[in-house]
Amino acid sequence: MAISKMLLVTAGLVMAGGLAQAESKLADTSDKRIALSNNYAGNSWRQAMLQTWEDVAGQAVADGVVAAADAYTTSENQATEQAAQIQNMILQGYDAIVLNAASPTALNGAVKEACDAGLTVVSFDGIVTEPCAWRIAVDFAAMGKEEVDYLASRLPEGGNLLEIRGLAGVFVDDEISKGIHAGVDEHDQFTIVGSVHGDWAQDVAQKAVAGILPSLPEIVGVVTQGGDGYGAAQAFKAAGRDTPLIVLGNRQDELQWWAEQRDANGYETLSLSIAPGVASLAFWVAQQVLAGAQVPKDLTVPFLKITQDTLDEALASTPEGSVANVTYALEDAQQVIADAK
Amino acid sequence: MSLLTRHRIILPVVSLALLLAATFYMQPRAMSYFGLNLLFNLAVPIALATIAQMMIIMVNDIDLSLGAFVSLSACVTATFLNDTPGIGLLILLALILSYALMGAVIHALDLPAIVVTLGMSFVWGGLALFILPSPGGASPGWLRTLMTVKPPFAPMAVVAAIVIAAVTHLLIMRSGIGTVLRGVGGNARSVARAGWSVLKLKALAYGLAGLFGVLAGMALVGLATSADANIALRYTLLSIAGVILGGGEFTGGKVSPTGAVIGALTLTLAASFLSFLRLSPDWQIGAQGAILILVLTARLVFRQKGAEA
Repeated sequence: MAISKMLLVTAGLVMAGGLAQAESKLADTSDKRIALSNNYAGNSWRQAMLQTWEDVAGQAVADGVVAAADAYTTSENQATEQAAQIQNMILQGYDAIVLNAASPTALNGAVKEACDAGLTVVSFDGIVTEPCAWRIAVDFAAMGKEEVDYLASRLPEGGNLLEIRGLAGVFVDDEISKGIHAGVDEHDQFTIVGSVHGDWAQDVAQKAVAGILPSLPEIVGVVTQGGDGYGAAQAFKAAGRDTPLIVLGNRQDELQWWAEQRDANGYETLSLSIAPGVASLAFWVAQQVLAGAQVPKDLTVPFLKITQDTLDEALASTPEGSVANVTYALEDAQQVIADAK
Repeated sequence: MSLLTRHRIILPVVSLALLLAATFYMQPRAMSYFGLNLLFNLAVPIALATIAQMMIIMVNDIDLSLGAFVSLSACVTATFLNDTPGIGLLILLALILSYALMGAVIHALDLPAIVVTLGMSFVWGGLALFILPSPGGASPGWLRTLMTVKPPFAPMAVVAAIVIAAVTHLLIMRSGIGTVLRGVGGNARSVARAGWSVLKLKALAYGLAGLFGVLAGMALVGLATSADANIALRYTLLSIAGVILGGGEFTGGKVSPTGAVIGALTLTLAASFLSFLRLSPDWQIGAQGAILILVLTARLVFRQKGAEA
């Protein structure tokens, strides 16, 4: 994941360089129109996603890369409603649809209609299984494993780990946990001695960790799923125990806490999660497909990793209560495409 | 009596025509075989669900479980009906029978339908999650073929709407049993005095609703190619709005199957029209409500004029 460091750029200074490159061998897309079909806008991650789309796609329209890049959000987060929205986009004459889907399967009929009508469909985050669409998926299991790999590099002697899981029964929770356990199998100096559900929320995580802590031996590391690291740290502090190595998940409060600890006692850790800016990656992938580039149907989103070196930069660019974000440029999309080949 | 009060179907037809004209003006591409199908194919399951709701409203009840029930039918269709058609068919039949039973229980124990159906919506939802815990399944091949068929002259969505309207019109407005069923909504006591069993009639009305609910679920799977447990939750409110928009009333067995189908088409079209207008999603639900209120107001105004005349 060498590129993820490179990806840590703030919004705005992205497009210009990529343009010349795109024009050199690929078809012109300046008359093409791209639409974003989004199923939900009710949390900070989605708001950041829509903002990124507006910034990146809006700039691309201003630069004449594409003719239009309009964002549509369904009002009720329902698959049938989004299917109708997609069919409307076909009628509106869009050339490509970038899709964050309400259901991985229930939109397949509408997506097929779009493909049959000659549209390019690129799904991301909430992907669809219809084979004619492109998928920009998140490898959550790899994210879980990466956490344990990092702990192994920092704590070669190993020790006891506490696992904080997400919302029970959700696919993402299963995947990340699977990755974490695969990592522990590989680095057998670690043992997971406790596991609680933090529901990706700081307050829930804090309560859950506080509840299990008295029954646990010494903990050297905490593996998390994002949105729960700060709560875990508070629980350790309240119990009067040493703060272990907690892997964080890019939330602003987590980064803030990390920076404070670093300044106070040189605390070192790693933070990783998926950036809402993945919408801009999907936009450029759609643009590349329209331009005639050979793009594999299944692509993987790089995680956004924040390290000790990039902490200050990330913290400065993340609004309070939000999530660290990156904006992907055309070259990033081309890199992701090349990696998948 | 004025023309409009005598023929309550005129207002829904005019609403649909006006909206269709406005949509064609905004989006000329829609004015084609292909375009009409894209505009209306997702209205077919909604029209079937609206007919199902109409059966319940016809006997003065209301069904808040319809969306969950259609979702459940869709889940059964995408799993059992696809893998083991025999068992799938049996389950769907059992679902229809359980709807009839629900109607009988509501009448026999004199329970409020709104409470019973609200409760049942959780049962249907739970069963759907049990069958399909994560989105998936596949549409049976023949169903997919049926829902994507390209008939000559008019697209599938239009043909299907006409067939649904014609069949239900014959059943409810023209047949003897249909007249008695409407009579249950109009004056249950006199129907009972005439020697009919209201219990059986209510069970029949609910059974018919179950049948059309199942058909809605099947049509939806044929279009979507797969199902999930929440796929049709918004059909509950859409179907009620569709019945009312199509000239139906909450009391007195005053319903119109043709109107209900037109109401479903109008609601679907209204959503597309608002999206073509590029209205922000925050406003879209409100605007859909405004269209509904507009049509109802028009109906009220015409009826009062009719009464004066």
